[in-house]
Amino acid sequence: MTWLVPLPVIMPLLGAATTLLMFRRPRVQRAISVSVLTATLLVSAVLLVLAADGPLVVAVGGWPVPLGIVLVADQLATLMLVVSAAVTLCVLLYSIGQGGADGDEEHPLSVYHPTYLILTAGVTNAFLSGDLFNLYVGFEILLAASYVLITLGGTETRIRAGTTYVVVSLLSSVIFLAAIGLIYAATGTLNMAQLVDRLDTLPDGVRMVLQGMLLLAFGIKAAIFPLSAWLPDSYPTAPAPVTAVFAGLLTKVGVYAIIRTETLLFPGGRVADLLMVAALSTMIVGILGAVAQSDLKRLLSFTLVSHIGYLLFGVGLASRTGIAAAVFYTVHHIVVQTTLFLVAGLIERRGGSTALDRLGGLARTAPVLAILFFVPALNLAGIPPFSGFLGKLGLIQAGVDDGTALSWLLVAGSAVTSLLTLYALARVWNLAFWRDPSAEPASAPLRSPGLMLTPTALLVAAGTALTLAAGPLYSLTDAVAGDLMERTPYVQAVLP
Amino acid sequence: MRPSLVLLAAVGVLFAAGTTLLLERTLTRVLLGVMLLGNGANLLVLAAAAPGSPPIVGTADPAGMTDPLPQAMILTAIVITLGMTAFLLALAYRSWRLSGHDEVQDDAEDRRVRELAERDEGSDAEDLDAAEGVRG
Repeated sequence: MTWLVPLPVIMPLLGAATTLLMFRRPRVQRAISVSVLTATLLVSAVLLVLAADGPLVVAVGGWPVPLGIVLVADQLATLMLVVSAAVTLCVLLYSIGQGGADGDEEHPLSVYHPTYLILTAGVTNAFLSGDLFNLYVGFEILLAASYVLITLGGTETRIRAGTTYVVVSLLSSVIFLAAIGLIYAATGTLNMAQLVDRLDTLPDGVRMVLQGMLLLAFGIKAAIFPLSAWLPDSYPTAPAPVTAVFAGLLTKVGVYAIIRTETLLFPGGRVADLLMVAALSTMIVGILGAVAQSDLKRLLSFTLVSHIGYLLFGVGLASRTGIAAAVFYTVHHIVVQTTLFLVAGLIERRGGSTALDRLGGLARTAPVLAILFFVPALNLAGIPPFSGFLGKLGLIQAGVDDGTALSWLLVAGSAVTSLLTLYALARVWNLAFWRDPSAEPASAPLRSPGLMLTPTALLVAAGTALTLAAGPLYSLTDAVAGDLMERTPYVQAVLP
Repeated sequence: MRPSLVLLAAVGVLFAAGTTLLLERTLTRVLLGVMLLGNGANLLVLAAAAPGSPPIVGTADPAGMTDPLPQAMILTAIVITLGMTAFLLALAYRSWRLSGHDEVQDDAEDRRVRELAERDEGSDAEDLDAAEGVRG
């Protein structure tokens, strides 16, 4: 069944080509995009089931393994594939609903669908890649698509925000490329399974330089403090579905690359402590930023940065329980953060703005919206019994098991961050939903059709269902973490 | 393998000049900086292969050939850099069309939050809320 492995990359790319040819026929475009992403979701789900028996490996183009590019579908990669495919599909439906409601059937942005599919292909390629250079190409594919999506329409604010985003991302790509050059010079290979042995034989100093450069490149993409300043600056100006998919997926691809390289290529170095410190500062600085904001989208962008700290906490612990909790938290966070940005888009349509001082009384005027916001907000803040609570509990337990002073500090930091997240979101709730409508809305409410509400409700339900599925999901992420810590299943699957 | 010092020095100069330009506020200079940085990275990848004869079968002894893989990677990287440069150029042009210059502006919302902090006030939303509390 290994022929299934390249499909999640190939299908969106072919879909992008077809939708580009069909740029005059928006209906056909929509049908192709939806069916391609549905097929991607199905294939990813099948791959997840198959990967339970060991990683599936494909040598692209039939080149013998260390020479050519390999795609590796192990449990971590396929789990991320399933979640990302589900989220991209929901966001696509939402954006189709938005396009239908705003009457752009006459003047569609014909470039939206192809770019969106290319973004998906870049994300799946990054997840499946078993080779550092192919990982770089995956990053470039998704970044190039994201440059177009973030500047969609080319208005002045989007160009300004897009410029920051593009320049920072280009810098991180150059650092990544330089790291690849150095790794190749030091080891003579970029195949990750082959690198496992070869990196171990390098002197400690050289290893640390290589590890540091990769962390720097991925850290910018994952928005880890102090490399995170670009994110709250650039995400909020993009259209709601674009911000939602960026917030859900793009930073997590960076986190995925960090998890992969830290466990497979550079296990057990001294850098783990640095990661812990970075995790703590990301959490605290991010959430303090969120508390200071008076605009919903910017506030959510800051909570996004802050919660990347939790993921890094698990990676920094470098224990089986820590990694398992980090992967669980990644799944939870992709779903919940995307949902919140989609709801922010709905609030903007209903209240005419996302500025908190202009909103009010939405709990009475839009009760459905209130529920759609309330549930993921509690989930993000980590109220029991939601999956956010379970993820944080897992991380805190792993931190307590670790028992060092630094991990106790992190445990305290995550509790404080959780409380401050609750404070920031409760403030949104009080101002936008509970108080009397104070001011006139900035503009007349726009209609939000069922095609926008349904995918949002689906994601809210998915985020809640993660609680019910927490048992199986945790045993899955525990198996993932076990394989990652052991390293041999991956290496043996690629180089038998 | 002994890397060529001249090549590495060139990489250093390109990275230094590129970084300096990247810190400028004008988008055109940032663009030039990105191009220099990209070329520096490409040269660095090139330096990863030991010099030797061209890797064409039948022209030389395989043991004396240079490693062709870094060159294949550079080709990919050059194409990517070209695309990104074109996009950044379009962005600079669009910015110039819209605002008459291509300087990267500060974020207005950032500035507002900062000013509020300097005056030691909360956001407007907070004030409205407090006022409401007094009324209630």
